[in-house]
Amino acid sequence: MSTPVPRVEQRPALLLDRVSKSFGSVMALKSGSLRMESHSIHALIGENGAGKSTLVKIIAGVHQRDAGTVELAGESVNFSNTAQSKDAGIAVIYQEPTLFPDLSVTENIFMGRQPVRGLRGVDRRSMRTQVTALFDQLGVSLDPDRPTRGLSIADQQIVEIAKAISLDARVLIMDEPTAALSGVEVERLFKVARALRDEGRALLFISHRFDEVFDLCDTVTIMRDGEYVATTAIEDTSVDELVRQMVGRDVTTLYPKEPASIGEDVLVVEGLSQRGLFHDVSFSVKSGEIVALAGLVGAGRSEIARAIFGVDDYSSGTVSVNGKAIRKHDPANAMGAGIALVPEDRRNQGVILDSTVARNTTLAIRRSLTKYGLLWPSAENDAARRWASRLEVKTSALDAQAGTLSGGNQQKVVLAKWLATNPTVLIVDEPTRGIDIGTKSEVHRDLSTLAGMGLAIVMISSELPEVLGMADRVLVVHEGRITAELDRDEATPESVMFAATHSKESAA
Amino acid sequence: MSDSSSTSILAQSQVLARLGRIGKAREAGVLAALIAVIAITTVQNPNFLFSSDGFRDLLVTPAILMIVAVGQAMVIVTRNVDLSVGSVVGLSAYLTGRVFIDFSWLPWPTVFLIGIACGALLGLINGCLVAFAKVPSLVITLGTLYAYRGINVMWTGSDRINASDMPQDFLALGTQSWFRIPVITVIALIVLAIAGWYMYTQRGGREFYAIGSDPDAANLYGLKVRRRVLSAFVLSGSLAGLAGVLYAARYGTVNSQVGSGLELEAVGAAVIGGVAIFGGSGSVFGAAIGAYLLLTINRALPVLGVEDFWQRAVVGVLIIGAIVLDKLAANRQERRLLALRDTEQDSSPPPAVAQDKEAHRG
Repeated sequence: MSTPVPRVEQRPALLLDRVSKSFGSVMALKSGSLRMESHSIHALIGENGAGKSTLVKIIAGVHQRDAGTVELAGESVNFSNTAQSKDAGIAVIYQEPTLFPDLSVTENIFMGRQPVRGLRGVDRRSMRTQVTALFDQLGVSLDPDRPTRGLSIADQQIVEIAKAISLDARVLIMDEPTAALSGVEVERLFKVARALRDEGRALLFISHRFDEVFDLCDTVTIMRDGEYVATTAIEDTSVDELVRQMVGRDVTTLYPKEPASIGEDVLVVEGLSQRGLFHDVSFSVKSGEIVALAGLVGAGRSEIARAIFGVDDYSSGTVSVNGKAIRKHDPANAMGAGIALVPEDRRNQGVILDSTVARNTTLAIRRSLTKYGLLWPSAENDAARRWASRLEVKTSALDAQAGTLSGGNQQKVVLAKWLATNPTVLIVDEPTRGIDIGTKSEVHRDLSTLAGMGLAIVMISSELPEVLGMADRVLVVHEGRITAELDRDEATPESVMFAATHSKESAA
Repeated sequence: MSDSSSTSILAQSQVLARLGRIGKAREAGVLAALIAVIAITTVQNPNFLFSSDGFRDLLVTPAILMIVAVGQAMVIVTRNVDLSVGSVVGLSAYLTGRVFIDFSWLPWPTVFLIGIACGALLGLINGCLVAFAKVPSLVITLGTLYAYRGINVMWTGSDRINASDMPQDFLALGTQSWFRIPVITVIALIVLAIAGWYMYTQRGGREFYAIGSDPDAANLYGLKVRRRVLSAFVLSGSLAGLAGVLYAARYGTVNSQVGSGLELEAVGAAVIGGVAIFGGSGSVFGAAIGAYLLLTINRALPVLGVEDFWQRAVVGVLIIGAIVLDKLAANRQERRLLALRDTEQDSSPPPAVAQDKEAHRG
């Protein structure tokens, strides 16, 4: 299918050599290398958190590298903002579209570089003609005049792709552009991508779908844990080989869940739906069980969790704990029934960074700690000490500010906060995001212990090893629907990835 | 398959056409309300519209607020707010009078321009503080609201500028008409036309909307966000300066309290006219009509015999009503767009449960 144009060029279109980047104490990219040629579609693969997105953002000028070199057509470049990379001929289509919701599709595509006709200003007719031509080329039927607010992710991606194509970029980077596209849309995108390759452009294609990588790309670079692993021609490799290079270790030994006695159904979710977000979600979790919600970023997992906890509303379906129905859109009711939610965005929704460790730990039970209507520090500290020691929170003092702790220990404080409420169901959303490897396994051990105490745990995670290592059962979510339910024995990197990346039409 | 997809495209275009009409109806609705107020009041008292004074007052009274509201709308569209405009109007008005007294040899058009330049300078200070100090404009302009007024009070004291201090040609701007339309109103309409042209057709104006719609996306697009925000404040300041000059021409008397409270009327006018308070949507035309509605209601209520207390309450009801209406319309639009997505998804063939190993190529 793929017909790579064999052309040996002196200078690669884009060359990255041992580029690194860290954010605070977290090293997002240790050593990223990449060599992109013209007339080529290059695949970049790796697990979530392997550093692909950071690498892309460095190329785009969103982030500035700490070390290493970036060369564009042989010239060393150092972009300090996105306008510079754009001017140099690099177009990036991000995983999460960045559009102006109030403006029309056409304006979104041309913003900042609209054609202008003297005093009459922005030439709407010419813009519209070009957009119509672009959409014809892409084979999509989008109204160019509608606002982008309310567009599906698939359609927003189309707008992004049209924008990049209209930029006439020499280097085109697509960060999981197909994640939310249907089979037909993917085929159209590939047609366009091949045409762009044949025009002599260099394309970088980031995807989790191996069939697409083999279908479209001629070269593949694998990354793991922020480091470059290998680059090979697509004919010389196989899916098994790629998965081995991506995972690179025996996943089950890294995050072992200790066997716990599994009891009765505790959390039962039936037919949960919310328009445009998730549809007909049904599952149950037993006491002592860890059920993972796996899937790609944006698949709707966090939205499901928020709906169960009552932060967000849902249009139909039921949630019950131990047979007792939970009122919808009522977090207090959910908490009263024993549900606890540890949110994804720890810094904004989990911990109060300026507040003390003790206050953070006891936040959810502060009412029960009051005496004469006042909250006494001694009561706070006693309760906090109990939970902090149980989860081995490493802090200099209980009255230290939570912001001074490492990410992993902050996460333990959040866990402690909810455990203090004595929950029967614990929902954790990306429990180890942005946490260094050492503390990660401690958080995993904590979760495992909690399951052993009889809690029913729902774990949302985008990291495959975590899912495979921790979960008794894996529910794979794709575009708001549960597309697969896999037992611990059935769950392999391949089976989870496959269900997470295949929309219904292509799976059928 | 082709059948269902073509019907969904058809449904989509119908829904969008309706949405487009709602957007346009926003300005039309305010205009209809304005016309209704004028009509009802005129039925009660025909002099409100048909006497020559009534007709003139109707056109001229809101003109100064309209100019300020147009500037305010441009700032609000960028997801900022300029609370200092009332003080800028006051300071520019006083400076204009002062220059007529101290530099009486200057021709009046030069003084006219000096007044506008004063507003532009004060706007530039606001803009620099917002764009470079990265403090929210609400706080910055609340500060300069008091600072500019303080300078004005310090400079003016209990002094005042009188009509006799200013040349007749300049004062004529405030009293004369042009084909029965007051000159000040003509100037306000020209300002509105130019601002509307800039916001709708010029890159700068379109980028105002983009920045207000999503500031992060604006940075990713490589737009010069700081420069645009700065220029929005300079434009707003200049228009407030122009309003100050026209105030001096119209009323002939300038003390230290000119324009106080005008900033809230300007924000109110913009909101009533459909400018979203969090930026990104609305038009200067809406803000201008909003200004006319706000001040015309103020003048109509006494004619209709409404008590003073209720006169103020009506303005409040108007502002809250406008925001509630916008919110309801936005909710309805969102629900409709989401429903649209679901019907599109459901028209695809029913999902089979994903199989794993066999279907996966190795």
